[in-house]
Amino acid sequence: MNFPAELKYSKDDEWVRYDGDDAYVGITDYAQSELGDLVFVNFPEVGDEVTAGEPLGDVESVKAVADVFSPVTGVVLEINEDLLDDASLINSDPYGSWFIKVGSISETDDLMSADEYAEYRGQ
Amino acid sequence: MKLIFEKSIPGRGQDIFPACDVPVKLPEAPLREKKAHLPEISENEMGRHYTALAKRAHGVNDGFYPLGSCTMKHNPRIDEKMASLPGFTKLHPLQPASTVPGAHELIDELEKFLCEITGMAGVTFQPAAGAHGEFTGLLMIKAYHTDRGDTERNEIIVPDAAHGTNPASATMAGYKTIVIKSNENGTVDIDDLKAHLGPKTAGLMLTNPNTVGLFDPNIMEITRLVHEAGGLCYYDGANLNAVVGIVRPADIGFDVIHMNLHKSFATPHGGGGPGSGPCAYKDFLAPFAPGLVCKDGKNYERAEKSIGNMTGFYGNFLVMVKAYTYLLTIGKDIHTVAQNAVLNANYMQEKLKDIYPIAFDTTCMHEFVIGLDPIYRATHVSALDVAKALLDYGIHPPTIYFPLIVHEALMIEPTETETKETLDEAITAFREIYEKIKNAPETVQMAPQTTPVLRLDDTKAAREPHLRFDFD
Amino acid sequence: MGTFIPNTKEEQLKMLNEIGYKDFDDLFKVIPDEAKVKGDLDLPDGLSEIEVSKKVEGLAAKNTIFRSIFRGAGAYNHYVPSAVDAIANKEEFVTAYTPYQAEISQGILQSIFEYQTMIAEITGMDIANASMYDGASAAAEACWMCKDRRHSTFYVSDAIDERILTVINTYSFGRGSKVVVIPTKDGVTDKDALAKALADDNEAACFLMQYPNFYGIIEDAEELCKITHDGGAKFIMYCHPLALGALKSPGELGADIAVGEGQPLGLGLEFGGPYLGFLSTRQENMRQIPGRLIGETVDTRGDRGFVLTIQAREQHIRREKASSNICSNEAWCALRAGIYLATIGPQGYEQVAELCSSKAHYMADELEKIGMKRCFEGEFWNEFATTCPDADKLLAALEEKGILGGLKLCCGCCEGDCDTDCILWCCTELNSKEDIDEVIAIAKEVF
Repeated sequence: MNFPAELKYSKDDEWVRYDGDDAYVGITDYAQSELGDLVFVNFPEVGDEVTAGEPLGDVESVKAVADVFSPVTGVVLEINEDLLDDASLINSDPYGSWFIKVGSISETDDLMSADEYAEYRGQ
Repeated sequence: MKLIFEKSIPGRGQDIFPACDVPVKLPEAPLREKKAHLPEISENEMGRHYTALAKRAHGVNDGFYPLGSCTMKHNPRIDEKMASLPGFTKLHPLQPASTVPGAHELIDELEKFLCEITGMAGVTFQPAAGAHGEFTGLLMIKAYHTDRGDTERNEIIVPDAAHGTNPASATMAGYKTIVIKSNENGTVDIDDLKAHLGPKTAGLMLTNPNTVGLFDPNIMEITRLVHEAGGLCYYDGANLNAVVGIVRPADIGFDVIHMNLHKSFATPHGGGGPGSGPCAYKDFLAPFAPGLVCKDGKNYERAEKSIGNMTGFYGNFLVMVKAYTYLLTIGKDIHTVAQNAVLNANYMQEKLKDIYPIAFDTTCMHEFVIGLDPIYRATHVSALDVAKALLDYGIHPPTIYFPLIVHEALMIEPTETETKETLDEAITAFREIYEKIKNAPETVQMAPQTTPVLRLDDTKAAREPHLRFDFD
Repeated sequence: MGTFIPNTKEEQLKMLNEIGYKDFDDLFKVIPDEAKVKGDLDLPDGLSEIEVSKKVEGLAAKNTIFRSIFRGAGAYNHYVPSAVDAIANKEEFVTAYTPYQAEISQGILQSIFEYQTMIAEITGMDIANASMYDGASAAAEACWMCKDRRHSTFYVSDAIDERILTVINTYSFGRGSKVVVIPTKDGVTDKDALAKALADDNEAACFLMQYPNFYGIIEDAEELCKITHDGGAKFIMYCHPLALGALKSPGELGADIAVGEGQPLGLGLEFGGPYLGFLSTRQENMRQIPGRLIGETVDTRGDRGFVLTIQAREQHIRREKASSNICSNEAWCALRAGIYLATIGPQGYEQVAELCSSKAHYMADELEKIGMKRCFEGEFWNEFATTCPDADKLLAALEEKGILGGLKLCCGCCEGDCDTDCILWCCTELNSKEDIDEVIAIAKEVF
């Protein structure tokens, strides 16, 4: 399984990529493989506040729905509209498929490095 | 097979309507420009179309249907016949009350029967289905608390094993769902319940026997604790068939309950409905009941603090006729229904438990749950695969992946109207499938092979939604 | 005495013993004694099929079947073609349940897919769901589809059937949403009042109108739609499904959601139920739709098949966050509606709408000739309200002849402008000229 070294990881299987003071958030390769074929995502709206450890939205597979937790507290700057049209991108390219871009970050969950996360997930 | 639209030929059709015997007059209003595409088909072709569809469906009359939590029992023919009497089907809901005394008498009698069966004081027939009954009951609970000025109560406690309709109904009633854990025996964890009870508790929703088929031995304590906290107890009657005539929800501390007439009282499920989900309640909730009711044969009246209406008229009346006919037939022997339902479930459980892991291995009620997880981990044959393999035996599979607290769940409810031979055949099928799992798991994963279509691509259906025929 | 349990007492005992129980008491000892009923329930002795038939037939016989019906107001006396009963009563359709296992349920799934298509077609919308309980509950759910974090007030025309409004209010009591009724003027929605209300409220979620409205009047839906959209809300049309055989469809008029009572589509009067709520909408609202949706897909061979789809909206997956709690719906009634529409076809669909309209206009003209004037000027289709010197007297005289007259309106349809009673009349294709003339003759005798 693929866990890029330049990303940070949460215990709820989200990844974070910093871009200056802002951060892109998505779900990990491990998460997408556990969830199976994804069919839809539900996002917050631009301008919404998200809170570290709280759901920012969810992902749907055919017969399940799973919350996606925000690893950071901040304000949603952008959402990835491509995923609204084609959720299968998350399965095929989990690290290219960011969900939201967050700015004004005031708090961050304890995040893991790629190696720590790989160990945490026993990979 | 073709869709009915693909069998349509322009100019064909059926003559139903007479020529107009008054001057033709359309409204002087904007008229439709784009015609509706509807099938143009002869009666013969149409009949064959639907006969072909019927052959591609499976009802209780086609074979065993142990769909857990749905109580797919035999639907007596007499019930259907009575519900088709013109003296019921040709009644306008707004014709004068004085012209429908038979309909009101039937409703009153059915209410009496259901009150006796549940121990409750009154019944509203407004709800059209079980989930609708839950919503009704919760609104009555809400109206009760509101009426007392007790407006801080905004939480409904629901066990993690509950039907999905329970939390969804709680949301519709404006309540926050508080989920409590099941204990290692599969029943309510009393400590977790206590930890979540408090001044915000509006009520508890409970199915008993619960969705793993177990009767909660602590039920009296559970309802007492909820009442002590100031909450009310709602009984989800989906599993009433297990205890009908043996346990009355009112006697074990419940205040309001819905029943599924299409489950416990043998009315058919119609490919998904109509059902009927009457709500029975204790006396103190009567002022909040919905709907217009005729008690004096002349006038319709509404309860003093009624929550309003759940459906336009009086609920699914013809379904009520069927349930009434059923209860007249069975009468005071209604407990024999529960007895044989529970016997059949335990018989199957006992005959399968040496090879299939039973989620909670104890005496079950009307249904039991296989937790296939250990087998899945060892063989990659899933609950879905086993369900699909049963299709090749002409058996409708059990409910799968529910309850959520059991991984790879197969929930089996044989019902009381099945013979020992049918159960034995199903047991043999399950055992043969088990042998295949051991020896040739891929054959189970490839099932079904004998159905009109093979396994369908659910992912494609959800990713590329195609919800209607395209005419262009 | 009646029973549907196949196993004999001896067989039951054998089965009990085989699995280690002495008897039923032994089997049921998992239930605490204090929870059990002591003795038999106070229910009558069971009856044989013959006795049951006699008793229930006796009850049915006490009810009056009117040979001629001029009452609508939410339940309509339309012809049910013979094929509808013959086909829908096939046991495979009657005794199946929700098609959870697609491979064994293609017949049910395809019939609903065809129904969804037909409802989308007649309403002129993109997609329809698999059915709701009835028209009123479908209207309440449609309002909820329009609610989001910023839009929470439901506007409803006062010219809708009070029964629909009551259900919307009851549903809204649950989640604490605000329902605002827009008053009427001359029997139709007061457009200025609507425009003003929407302009003053930036939380308006939707406006719901009835088409034709409760008084039978065909309102200016296009204009109401425009006002609603200008006000930032969604436009919901509650339609009579057979009116759309003549009138401009909700799709053509710009509606966001069409709902209605599907009872006229092959269901009887049935003392109010089971009926059929239909709901259709535009593609972009797909994920807000409550209830079941059937979608097309392929099997492992690439052959076409149908499945329950986009289920993550629903209660069994999304639980407390579901778009609705609906589970069982009215699938069998939807099957009847599908058979009905296939039977009458596109020509019949237009013909029945024309028949209803023609008969209603003929009757309105004839009533006017004897002094029972229409309460409102607006154009109508199958229903219309007239004045009546003494509604109770006329309706009683009709009842004596086996005729169910129109519905006496007890409040406000004429906004106090007239001092006589009013009656809401309804005609369908089943009311012949002769039947209508008979009513006129009786009315002449009475007054």
